[in-house]
Amino acid sequence: MKLLSGNEAVALGARDAGATIGVGYPGTPSTETLEAFAAFEGVRAEWCTNEKVAMEVAIGASAAGARSLVTMKHVGMNVAADPLFTAAYTGVGGGLVVLVADDPGMHSSQNEQDSHHYAAAAHVLMMDPADSQEAYDFTRQAYELSERFDVPVCIRSEVRISHTRTPVAEGEERAERARVPYEKSPQKWVMMPAYAKPRRIDQLNRIDAMRSWADECPFNRTEMRDASVGVVCAGAAYQYVRDALPDASVLKLGVTYPLPARTVRAFADGVDALYVVEEASTYLSDAVAALGVEVAEPENPLPAAGELGPNAIRLAFGIALHEHPSTDVPVPARPPSLCAGCPHRIVFKELSRMRAIVTGDIGCYTLGALPPLSAMDACVDMGASVSMAHGFELAMAGEDHPPIVAVIGDSTFAHSGLSSLVTTVYNGGSGIVCILDNRTTAMTGRQGNPFNGVALQGGDARELDMERVVRAIGVEDVQVVDPNDREAVRESLKAAREAADRLSVVIFKRPCVLLERTRQEPYFVASCTGCGVCVTLGCPAIGKDAETGLSYIDAMSCIGCGQCAQYCRFNAITR
Amino acid sequence: MATTVLLCGVGGQGTILAAHILAQVAHASGADVKVSEIHGMSQRGGAVTTVVVFGDEVASMVSGTGCADVIVAFEAIEALRNLDQLRLGGTLVVNDEVIKPASVLTGSFRLEGDIPGELADAGAILVPAEETARAAGNPKASNVVLLGCLSAELPFSVDTWQDVIAKSVPPKTVEVNAAAFLAGRAFAAEHAAGRV
Repeated sequence: MKLLSGNEAVALGARDAGATIGVGYPGTPSTETLEAFAAFEGVRAEWCTNEKVAMEVAIGASAAGARSLVTMKHVGMNVAADPLFTAAYTGVGGGLVVLVADDPGMHSSQNEQDSHHYAAAAHVLMMDPADSQEAYDFTRQAYELSERFDVPVCIRSEVRISHTRTPVAEGEERAERARVPYEKSPQKWVMMPAYAKPRRIDQLNRIDAMRSWADECPFNRTEMRDASVGVVCAGAAYQYVRDALPDASVLKLGVTYPLPARTVRAFADGVDALYVVEEASTYLSDAVAALGVEVAEPENPLPAAGELGPNAIRLAFGIALHEHPSTDVPVPARPPSLCAGCPHRIVFKELSRMRAIVTGDIGCYTLGALPPLSAMDACVDMGASVSMAHGFELAMAGEDHPPIVAVIGDSTFAHSGLSSLVTTVYNGGSGIVCILDNRTTAMTGRQGNPFNGVALQGGDARELDMERVVRAIGVEDVQVVDPNDREAVRESLKAAREAADRLSVVIFKRPCVLLERTRQEPYFVASCTGCGVCVTLGCPAIGKDAETGLSYIDAMSCIGCGQCAQYCRFNAITR
Repeated sequence: MATTVLLCGVGGQGTILAAHILAQVAHASGADVKVSEIHGMSQRGGAVTTVVVFGDEVASMVSGTGCADVIVAFEAIEALRNLDQLRLGGTLVVNDEVIKPASVLTGSFRLEGDIPGELADAGAILVPAEETARAAGNPKASNVVLLGCLSAELPFSVDTWQDVIAKSVPPKTVEVNAAAFLAGRAFAAEHAAGRV
């Protein structure tokens, strides 16, 4: 027995099932799955530019006969949906397992969608582990099921499964599994209408077969206790139900698509009232109701949004919470912030200063939206900064308008910013695109990407030259600038702004401070006038004394980057 | 019965490592255990919580209002923020350090009163963790000082704690961390652990 996170358990389950190929794109809370898989002997693991590409690589490896794993967060599933829906027609060669990790409560995401809907829409089998042991067991079994039903199988995790460590007993040793020899079969793999139509019929037959199996399989478990309350639940919600309603009877679903219809109906018949407890979704309650089962409403509604927990269930079922101490001292919020020395800071400060309309993107730098920088107008999804900026330009064409600036990180640019930029260039678009190239995928824990040339398993990887790529796309006005040099940042943005009739790309290139964690001698404030400009940089090392209004620098937090010193008109910041 | 320990602090303070140590200790002592963490954006200097639940059988891996038997706060404002997570009669161990959030640093939020003082009045055991760690040989071992304080409240043997700590910290720092752990444990013994 060892303590493993859900992510590590999925990786181990895949390895022990004989999976040899693992691909994905980093995204909290899924990232460590592929990192753990990559550390095993005898496997090949790669980060891909995005989840669609990853899904396609995995489909190819599966078609060639290898057992394959593909990992992503819930919003990555949106990107990967296109190949997934058709892989549900082609089916698999070697078993194909998709780990998708949802983030109810949005700890590190832009929305809290429920991936169950994808399984139901694409008609692929989905399993919900409720702890790391199940994450291991289900993943191992998922490969058998994928090959048995000729369909990709999704393991649906979420933040409290992926990032909770629980004891895991490993099963039998790794099944060494030779690749199924590849045989050409266009009727199975070439999805043009003539071949897709019969595969669609095959798919319907597979759904029927999976439905029958769901009622017989060992993964759905009826736990009869007090028959007055019956709860249908899955995944982390099962753990919350056990805590909040220890006497309730429970139907714990390990398979959430397709639902075991007979099992659900039998459970409903055996309890006085059947409730469905799920997180930030109505997928399960709708699916249970669609079986003709009456779903009872608890005394108070369960939260429709946000993370569930035992207390939310207690409140819904009219159970008093435990007594607790409280305070009436006001507590300041503590949102995350750009690190001391972050190479994005001056860019945002300057964008704020030029009152630009800034379309942002997904990464640490989304924090540029927060005060005091407040330098972002929009952030929707990966790559959207570049395409939304083009939309702003189209809508405001011919009017006087503030400069429109897209801000995107290096990994996000590779993910889908590239195709957005091609669209802008192709259509003769204008505006400014800032690529914040901090040489890593910082937010998810500093993974490699095509523009830093770091591969998941080390070894040779080709580093793409960002400037040459951007020029090759057809952008003529390209500058490469050190973002820690305020004058250079200001001049480059000014030059780009003056060329308002054409598209300018500024690549701000400097490594994330978390990569090498080097520190230089810290700065200090020698003779502050209290003007407060340094404080507007939002550096966590700089504070303002509440009594005197004078600035100070915390020597423990300061890494000596010197950004603030460039903003002090009185040369009071020194070292 | 399960025991819920909530560790809270500011991203980058080492709450996750401390939680792993506690979880390994519980696991090595034969308990069922779950430890839930939050990664990602909040790690950039935001408020973070990690929850360790152990006992004969553990279901929920999260805490909630009134659900924590023990809170270990690595920072005093975070102790205050999470105070309502403690059950009445629970134990509150607080590092006496205050890390000011951006709104306080920029002057848009004014901290009222003396927060460690408020917590002490409420019955918390206030630990000068950094000072104690420095005396033990390295101020960076303050999280292990806090674990030492916590250990006085929990039914696990000192040997198990020391074993797990030795395996969890960089090899060169094993001695310092062992000393920091004992210093924290001694501090808790001297200052009868707070009951809130």
